[in-house]
Amino acid sequence: MYTITRKKVLASGVIEMGILAPRIAKAHKPGQFLMVMNREESERIPLTIADSDPATGEVTIVFLEVGRSTIELGEDFKEGDSLFAVVGPLGTPTHIEPFGTVVVMGGGLGVAPIYPICKGLKAAGNTVVTIIGYRRKDLMFWHDKLAGASTETIVTTDDGSYGSKGFVTDALKALHDGGRAIDRIIAIGPPVMMRAVSNLTQPWGIPTWVSLNTIMVDGTGMCGGCRVEIGKESKFVCVDGPDFDAHLVNWDEMFARMKVYTAEERAAILANHECKLHLDNIKR
Amino acid sequence: MSETIDIAALNGVKEGEKKRPRSKEKRLEIACQTVEARVRNYDEVALGYGPAEAVAESMRCLECPKPRCVVACPVHIDIPTFIGLISRGKFSQAAEDIRQYNNLPSVCGRVCPQENLCEAACIVNDTNPKNPIAIGRLERFASDWQLTHDVRDAASVHKRPATGFKIAVIGSGPAGLSCSADLAKMGHSVDLFEALHKPGGVLMYGIPEFRLPKAIVQKEIEYVKALGVTVECNVVVGRTLPVKEVLDSYDAVFVASGAGFPNMMNIPGENLNGVYSANEFLTRVNLMKAWKNDSAGTPIRKPRKAVVVGAGFTAFDVVRIALRLGAEEASIVYRRSREEMPGRGEEIEHSLEEGAKFVLLTNPVKYLGDENGFVRGVVVQKMDLGEPDSSGRRRPVPIKGSEYEIECDLVVVAIGQTPNVLIPSNLPGLATRWGSVIKVNRESYMTTVPKVFAGGDAITGAATVILATRAGREAARSMDAYVRDPARNWNPPA
Repeated sequence: MYTITRKKVLASGVIEMGILAPRIAKAHKPGQFLMVMNREESERIPLTIADSDPATGEVTIVFLEVGRSTIELGEDFKEGDSLFAVVGPLGTPTHIEPFGTVVVMGGGLGVAPIYPICKGLKAAGNTVVTIIGYRRKDLMFWHDKLAGASTETIVTTDDGSYGSKGFVTDALKALHDGGRAIDRIIAIGPPVMMRAVSNLTQPWGIPTWVSLNTIMVDGTGMCGGCRVEIGKESKFVCVDGPDFDAHLVNWDEMFARMKVYTAEERAAILANHECKLHLDNIKR
Repeated sequence: MSETIDIAALNGVKEGEKKRPRSKEKRLEIACQTVEARVRNYDEVALGYGPAEAVAESMRCLECPKPRCVVACPVHIDIPTFIGLISRGKFSQAAEDIRQYNNLPSVCGRVCPQENLCEAACIVNDTNPKNPIAIGRLERFASDWQLTHDVRDAASVHKRPATGFKIAVIGSGPAGLSCSADLAKMGHSVDLFEALHKPGGVLMYGIPEFRLPKAIVQKEIEYVKALGVTVECNVVVGRTLPVKEVLDSYDAVFVASGAGFPNMMNIPGENLNGVYSANEFLTRVNLMKAWKNDSAGTPIRKPRKAVVVGAGFTAFDVVRIALRLGAEEASIVYRRSREEMPGRGEEIEHSLEEGAKFVLLTNPVKYLGDENGFVRGVVVQKMDLGEPDSSGRRRPVPIKGSEYEIECDLVVVAIGQTPNVLIPSNLPGLATRWGSVIKVNRESYMTTVPKVFAGGDAITGAATVILATRAGREAARSMDAYVRDPARNWNPPA
C-alpha cells in the first residue's frame, strides 16, 4: 500500500522519499515519472522517479515543497505512513544509446531525475559529463551520488560557495568553448534553466533534450492538460514526452501554461496555512 | 434474502392474485430537483421512484407475451418479467432478473437512452401515446433497492464452481465491469486492472455526479467484487505491467481500455490557458471532485462566460457543469442545427432549463488570448447545411465573411474521443483501424493476437454505456468458450 519507507530532508524544502511500489520499481526506466495522490481527494501530481530498486520494491522521489500538495506531502507525511495512490512508471523512457560524449545537466531539483539517466547512459558506454548546479552550497544534495554515476562531474553554485561560480550554462559554455566534443546534451531543471540551455546550444547544432514537467491530471494521455507545442504540433508531455527536443519546444507557450492555476494554488496554500494557524491558536 | 414489503399497501399484486394492468393511466413522472436548486449543487437531478411510485408505474405494464421492448433492448433484458416482479413487491428479485442480462442496472437505468430503445418500442405507446412504461426508471429503482439492501447475498446467487481458468480484464469501465462480472459468474478467476485510482472508467471520470452519482457506481462495483472479481487500481497495463507479462500470466485477456484520448480541432489558440479538452474538464470535476471547493486538491477554472464546442452527451454534461461552477453565461457552439444534435433529449431539455444557450450553425475558427496567455474570446464562423454526408446528416458548409467574436473565459472542446494508443502500441501484432481502434471479429470479439479479446469503446470509438456493457457480456461468453477449447479454429478478425 504505497508505504513511505524513508524520508530525509536534503536541503531547505527539498525532500527525498522512498515509497514501496514494487510494480513501479520493477518496470521503471530512466526518464519516467509517477503520479502521487496524498489522500483520497488530493490532486494527482507528477514527480520524476529519481531512483528505483526492483529488489526492495522501492522507488525514490525528490521534491520541492512548492505547491499545495508537495507542502502537504513534505509536512504531514512521515516514514511508515501510506499514500493514497501512486501510479507509474509513466511517460516514454529517455532515449539511451551509445552517443559518445553526453553532457547531462541538472539544475536545482533537476539533479535528482538525471541520476538514473546518467547511470543508464554510462552503462550504454557513453562518456557522461555531468553538470549540476545549485543556488548555494547549503542547498546541495546528491552531488556525490551523481559523481558516482558519471565519468566527470562539474558542480556550480550561483554564489560560488562551492565549485565554480555561476550557472550550469556557464559551465557548459566553458566546456564547449574549450573545444570539448559533445554529441548530445540532456538538461533537466527549472523551465528557465532548460530554456537557457536550449538557447545556448541551438547555434551549436548539438542535439539537446529536456524533460518537461507541465501540469497534468491523469498522466496517461487522457486529459491533454499537459499539452505543449513541439515543432508546431501539439504534443502530450505525459505520453509523447516528457523528453523533447529542446530546440522544438514553444517555450513561451509552455511558460504561460505553467501559470494556469497560479491564483487557485495561492488561495489554496493561504487557506491551508490559515487553518493551521487557527489550530495552533486553539492549542495555545 | 427476505424482503419485508407490504405489497397490498403499495397497491401491487398480492400473492395468488392476477395482475390487472392500468395501462390507460399516465406515465408517472419522476421527481426532479427544481432548476433553482440544482444549478447550485451537484446532486442528482432526477430523484428516482420510491417503492409506492415504482409499484404504481409497474402496474401500467401489460407484461405482454411478445414484448417489443425486449427486442429493442441492446442486451435483451426480460423487461416484462422484472416489471412483473416489481408489481409483486419482489424488488431485489427484479434486480437479480435484470442482472442475468445486464451487470450495471443502476447505471444503465440512469444513462441509457431508453426513449430511443425499449421505451420507444413499448406497446402502450399504441393506445396511450407518449406514455410508454418508464422502463429505465423501474430498472434504476429495482437495482438501487437491491444495492442498498442486500448486495452480498445477491452476489452469491450467481456463483458457479471454480473452473481454474485465469482471465485478465484491462479497464474497469462499463465493458470491463460487465465482462468481469459475467466471467466471474461462470466460475473463472478474474483480475480487473484499472489505470486510475478509482474503478469505473468513464462512469467515474466522464459522467457527472448529477446524472450518475459516484456512490452508485461504487456500489455496482462492490457487487462485481462480491462475485469474486479482484480489482486492482493504479495499474497502467503497458507501463506498470508489461503487456507481455499479462499475456503470459493469464489464459485470456480482455482489453476494455475505452476511448480516452481527446480530439481537438487543431485551430489557432487551442493551447491558451482556459481552453480544455472535455476529458480534462470532466476528469477534474467528476473524478477529482474539483467542484468541492474546499476539500478537493484539484483546481478548476471558474468561468464567467463559458463556450462548449460540440453537441453530444459530453457537451451537455460540460455546459451544465459550467453553470454549476457559477458561469453567468454558458453556450453550446455547434456547427449543425438542433435536429442533428447527437445528445439525448432529456439532457438537452435539462440544459436549456438550467440556462444553457445554443449557438447553432456556428463553428470556432480560432481562440483569442490576453497578454498572459488566457483565453478571452473565440472567433466563430456561421455555417450552412449542405448535402448529407456519410453520417446521413447534412454537411455543414462555412459561410464566407460571416466570422464574429464571442467573448469567453473558458472553452471546452467536446468533439469526441478516440481510443488510447498505449495498449495497441505495446502489443505487437494487434491490428487496429485508424491507428487506435482495435480490430476484432464481431462475433467472437477476438483480436488478431491469440487469446486477446477486446470490446467497448476500444473497438468502436466513443459510443454508449449500454453498447459497451453488451460487448463485455458477449465477449465474456466467447472467452469462456475459448479458454475451454483454445485449440479450436478461432476466426481472427478480417
